[in-house]
This record gives sequence, C-alpha cells and structure tokens, in this order.
Amino acid sequence: MANEKAVKYAIECKGITKTFGSVVANDNIELTVKYGEILALLGENGSGKTTLMNMLSGIYHPDKGSIFIGGEEVNINSPVDSMNLGIGMIHQHFKLVDVFSAGDNIILGSKNEKKKPKAIKEEIRNISKNLGLEIDPDKKIYNMSVSEKQTVEILKVIYRGAKILILDEPTAVLTPQETEKLFNLLRKMKEQGCAIIIITHKLNEVLSISDRVTILRKGKSIETVNTKETNEKQLTELMVGRPVSLEIERKDMDNKKKILKIVDLTVMKSDGTVALDDISFDINTSEILGVAGIAGSGQKELCETIAGLMPAKKGAILYNKENIVGKSPADIIDLGISMSFVPEDRLGMGLVASMGMVDNMLLKSYKNKKGIFVDRKPAKDLAKKLKDKLKIVTPSIDTPVRLMSGGNVQKVLLGREIESSPNILITAYAVRGLDINSSYTVYDLLNEQKEKGVAVIFIGEDLDVLLELSDRIMVLCQGKITGIVDTKTTTKEELGILMTGGKIGEEQENE
Amino acid sequence: MDMFLNIFVAAVLAGTPLLFGTVGEIINEKVGHLNLGVEGMMSIGACAGFMVGYMTDNFVLALIASFVAAALSSLIYAVLTVTFMANQNVTGLTLTIFGVGLSNFVGIYMLSKSENGTLKLPANITEQMRDIHIPVLSDLPVVGKLLFSYNPFVYIGIIIAVIVGFYLYRTRIGLNVRAIGENPAAADAGGIKVAKLKYINLLIGGGICGIGGAYCSMIINGGVWINNNVGGLGWIAVALVIFASWKPTHAIGGSFIFGALRVLKYYIPKSVFPFPNAFYDMLPFLITAIVLVIASIRQSKENNIPKSCGVNYFREER
Repeated sequence: MANEKAVKYAIECKGITKTFGSVVANDNIELTVKYGEILALLGENGSGKTTLMNMLSGIYHPDKGSIFIGGEEVNINSPVDSMNLGIGMIHQHFKLVDVFSAGDNIILGSKNEKKKPKAIKEEIRNISKNLGLEIDPDKKIYNMSVSEKQTVEILKVIYRGAKILILDEPTAVLTPQETEKLFNLLRKMKEQGCAIIIITHKLNEVLSISDRVTILRKGKSIETVNTKETNEKQLTELMVGRPVSLEIERKDMDNKKKILKIVDLTVMKSDGTVALDDISFDINTSEILGVAGIAGSGQKELCETIAGLMPAKKGAILYNKENIVGKSPADIIDLGISMSFVPEDRLGMGLVASMGMVDNMLLKSYKNKKGIFVDRKPAKDLAKKLKDKLKIVTPSIDTPVRLMSGGNVQKVLLGREIESSPNILITAYAVRGLDINSSYTVYDLLNEQKEKGVAVIFIGEDLDVLLELSDRIMVLCQGKITGIVDTKTTTKEELGILMTGGKIGEEQENE
Repeated sequence: MDMFLNIFVAAVLAGTPLLFGTVGEIINEKVGHLNLGVEGMMSIGACAGFMVGYMTDNFVLALIASFVAAALSSLIYAVLTVTFMANQNVTGLTLTIFGVGLSNFVGIYMLSKSENGTLKLPANITEQMRDIHIPVLSDLPVVGKLLFSYNPFVYIGIIIAVIVGFYLYRTRIGLNVRAIGENPAAADAGGIKVAKLKYINLLIGGGICGIGGAYCSMIINGGVWINNNVGGLGWIAVALVIFASWKPTHAIGGSFIFGALRVLKYYIPKSVFPFPNAFYDMLPFLITAIVLVIASIRQSKENNIPKSCGVNYFREER
C-alpha cells in the first residue's frame, strides 16, 4: 500500500487540523500533489492556506492529522526536517539576509561545509544555467530587485535539492513580465519532475499555470478540481461559498459639484527630484476619481500632499475655495478630508500594529473629547460596529491588528476612515493583497460613500477595476497628468498608452 | 619620542580590558543580542579571576575562572532572553547591577576575612603576569618596547580578537551566526539551529568579557583588590562596538585609541593644556557620545548594527 502511494503522491495530507487559541485555522484538511504536477491552492484571506504550508515547512506543527511525503508518514518538527524531506518553501516575505551576497544566502545553513567558496559559486552558476536563470552570486541582496530576490529564494531551495516546491503568493509583488518569467521557470521545473504548490489569489494565474486546484474555505478543504475542467466563475463560487457577481455596479449620480480644485501643484521628493510636476485637476462630490499610473509616478506624493503630510513647492489645493496648502494634517482632517493609504506592507501608515481595533479607533477620535482622560466607550462601540458590518475576522476587538490577516487589517483601516464621515476620501491600493470577496466588499464600501455624496480618490493598480469602479480616470506619468478620461468612453489600451506617456516611462517599465 | 612611546604603551595597557569587553559584546550583538550586561559580566570575571588567583596562585586557573564565571552569568541572560524572550535591555541592565553587586559583595566578604584588611595576589601569580621578555626581540630599540613588552593579557586579547574576527567573517559557522543576528527567520528557514547558536555565542562572548574583567582586578591596581574595579569600562566597551563597526579586528585599534584617551592626563603637562584631571576623565565618554552621533549618521549597510539585534526571535510570530 505504501509503495503504491510512493509512486503516486509527493505530498499527501490527511485530516490536518491546527488551532491558534480559539481560532481554527485548519480543519481536517485533505490535500495531494504528484511529482511533475503543479497544484494551485486557492482560498480567501484567512482561509488557512499559509498555515497549511507553514506546517509542511516545519514552522508550525499540526494538532491532528498526518502528512505523507513520497508515501511515507513523516513528522515535520522543524524547517530542517522539512528540508531533509526535500520540501522547499518560498515565503511571501522573503527570508533573505540583506547584507549578504546571493551566494552566502544560498549556502546559509546547508550542510556541505567542506566545499570551497569557489566550488560553491560554480555550483550555483550551474544550477541557474540549467534553469535558464541569470544571477550573480556575489551581488548583495539589498541591491536586488524584488524579482531577483525571488530568484535567489528559488535557487536556495533547489541548491538544497528540493523536489517539492511551495510558493506563497509569489506573484503578488511581480510585474506581469516577471510573472511570466517565473511561470516559465515553474513549468521547466515541473518537467524535471518537481512537485509544485502555488498559492495565489489571481484566478487567471491559477488557470494558466496549474494542473489541479485545491480550494480552501474557512480552514476546510472544499474541493479539488482539474484546471482544464473549470473556469473563473466556478472557482470563485467554490472559494467564496456562494455565487458572486464579478460586476461592479456603477451608479451615475447627478448632484455633482466641485469640492476640491488642484491648481498648478508641484511637489518635490525628499531627495530633491520632482514628484508632482505642475498638475491641475478637480474632483466633484458623488464621484470616484480613479488614479492610474505605473508605481512611483507620484501617487503617494499626491495623497500625502492633499492630506498635509508633504509640503507643496508651488500651487494651491482649493477645498471649497479655501487653500489648504500649508495647513496641518489635523486641520485638514477637521475639514473632512480623510486618507486611507495602504502601503505595500499594509500596516505602515494608518494603523498601529501592536494595538487592538479599539485603540486604533481612538487614534482618530481621542481629540474630540475634552479633558485629559481617554473615553474608550465610543471607540469600543465603533470597533464592534465595524467588526459586524464589515465581517472582520478577529478573536476580539482588542487583539493586536498585526495578528489579523491582511484583508481584515485593510477593512479596519478603511472602516475607520469611512466612519469619520469624510467629505473627501483618499484611498490608495485599497485592495492590495486582498482576495476577491474582500475586494468586492471594499468596492461596495466605496460606492456607498460615493452615493452618500463623498468625493472619492481611488488610487489603483488593476486597470479593469479602475475602469469599472471610477467615473473618471486620471493618469499620472512621472509626476505629470497625461490625461483625464471618462471611463464610459475610454479603453484599457488607451490607458496603457497614457501610462507610459513619456519615452523614459516606457524604459522604466521594461526594466 | 620617548613621551610618544610611553603614551603608546600606556594606551595599549589601558585599552586591553576594553578590547576584551568589545570583542565579547561584538559576538553577542552579531548573534542578535544587545547585551547591556557587559559591565556586570566583566565584574563577575574580575571577582572570579582575582579570587581564584588569590587562592590558587595560578595564572591559568585564574584566567579560566574569570572566563567560566562570566560565561555562567551570561547564561542567566541567555536563558532569560533566548528561552523566555525577556526584554534584552532590561535583562542586560539587571545583569550589570547584579554582576557589580555580587563582585563587590564577594570582595568585601573576602576583605573581612583577610588578615591585614587587604587582598594582594601572591608572588607566584604576580610573576606569571609580569611583562614578557623575549630575548633579542624585547631588547630591540623602540620596536622592542612598542611590541614585545606587555603583560600576557595584551597578547591574549589581540589573539582572541583576531580569532573571533576570523570566526565571524571567514567561517561557515560564522556566516550562520551573522545570519541569525541579521534575520533569524531566514536563518531558521535555512535550517540553522537558532537557539543553540545563540546560547553558544552568548556564553563565549560573556566569557571573553570576563577575561577583560580579570585584567581590571588583577593588573590595573597592581594585584591589590579594590571594589568597583571595572569602573564603567564595560559601558565604554558597548560604545566601542559601534566605533569598531562590529568588526573584532577594528576593535583592537579602537580599544587602544580609547585607552590613550584614558591615560592622556598623565602625559600632557598642565603648562600646555591647563585642564583639570576631570576633563580627561570625561574624554572617553565625550568621544563615545560623538561616536554614537557619527554612527547614527553613517549609512553603510554592511558596517551597521545587525538588523535583528535587540529583538528576540519567536518562530511562530508573524
């Protein structure tokens, strides 16, 4: 019996259960992968994908259930055990030492101590050549792009002879071109007989790379389907547990009036280069203004200047004809301009990671009360209300937000901003790293605000979403506005052209 | 020329205890632990070294005792911070208070038991600790005095610094140690036994600090026990780590420069610089403050504090 399985499965998980305190992260999970196969693991935020993979890589230990590797039951107690079994995990947050060279990172902790550095470098070069990769073993990690770092991570596990590869959201940080490169690499490794598990939110990627898909929902394994026999709609339904429409409803509001007018605004970055170059635009109430552009085209500076966090060098920001340039962030918040900026690491701006929901609510409202004491009651009520309304999953409203999953953190942030009933809501990358269902909750929230008469500035990455959600789209390129278009008449291609407006812009994208 | 020679020799002698403390603390910080207990570990090493030397009259035993005792005190720190994840700064400060107190306590107790109210190292060990004399080499003009005229501690210190430098920067295990200090999660994922290496290196680092303590109690005061014999050198060592940019070999030069600052007052005539002695006593601390400011401005990625230094590592934390 065991021999039969050895031929069949690289990994077989049977009835895996893992709880954290009172939260059941994994509940009786079944999963199988063959050698020479790519399995996609699909699930919403907090459905237990990462927890499951961490058990395979030895970070956690399952409470119940058994894991078979190559047909034999194993007990994985540490990353070393996992490695010795030929499992290589590529974490979502790279586990690399920044000040070391690529080569040092690759050999870190591996056993063949006797080899000379030269021989090791040669071996690394050979492995990368075999897979068609280009990497300089002497290059320091801090000098590398995200995609290069990922390559180092992959080389690291291959160098240790991993035959089973687990990738946790590997494409979240990659450009489309880099993603294609990665997929080619994975296909090559699959041909060489590796078993690969890839975790991702993006359905089109699942369909293009995987052979089979296992869907997790709320910690349970729901179903495994063959990629060839499925489609986006079915996958979404399995993942969310009910039919979901992938349409965003856009209502046309007629009571628009100008609320914010930006005139000839120029902003410099801290290193003295131009971030925003003489831009002028205006935004109306009951409108969502999308902002598109390649990352780093001035989106962040635009947000921060309106919110009063960055000084403007030239120009004016007129809020109901009052210039708010030079006002403090607190004054600007009092005017009803609210910003929810979700940076790459989600927690960076807006929330304090080690505080619970209640205290994070207080950050914005403590000033409203007179006296020196803090009144926690309203904040507590607000936190409870948000938790129910936005279906935020957390053990309690006092649990530090850093322990919550990414989607829930974003809901807390956005929810708090909306509850302060702003007149202008600025949101940047609001759905970054969110699964489909959470994303649509966010879109609904934004539309709700628009219907209430709020002016929403939506800085986004996904052009399809921008087109569906916004009323108008402003395209930034190198700090300049290359166009403001009506979403009813424009196309994705047109936006693409505007985004790469200048020649230098194109070069940057290709890098 | 003669005065320069004298200052140099005095600087090396005054810098040697700093060298031990600095190298020990570098190991601690490289493995991710900001141990503020250097002063305490040195005090315990000072006490153990002196008392064992006093009782056994054997230099080697005294050295071993100072190393082992300080390593054991470091074990307290390691258990608290590595296993129980206690705050490193608080634990380190506590270790300093504990170490200085214990050292003085034992010192006073031994003084009270001694016959004439003083503790002086016996003759044999004093002889063993004397400045070395290598025929021919030590008799060379200038060079002989500059290089071959010190007590054994000086040479032990330099050898240890070189060995530790090689260990940290040239060996595979050193690579693993540095990886832990930079990114313990990466080290763990790479199969490095994080806790084990932390314990080993914290103990070694603590032990090296202890030898520096033995220098304070056995050499500086001419073999006579006085309380508080480390007298703040441990704190300067913590700052010297930054000055040496976490490189044991740089620590050699750094310690001697700081040693020079400490002895300057004996060599600069009052007629040239009419500063009171207190000014010179303050100099090392002033320079330390300046070094800290410069270090905070310096942006080099490699020659900087290990990224995870001061942060305990817990595998399951996200």
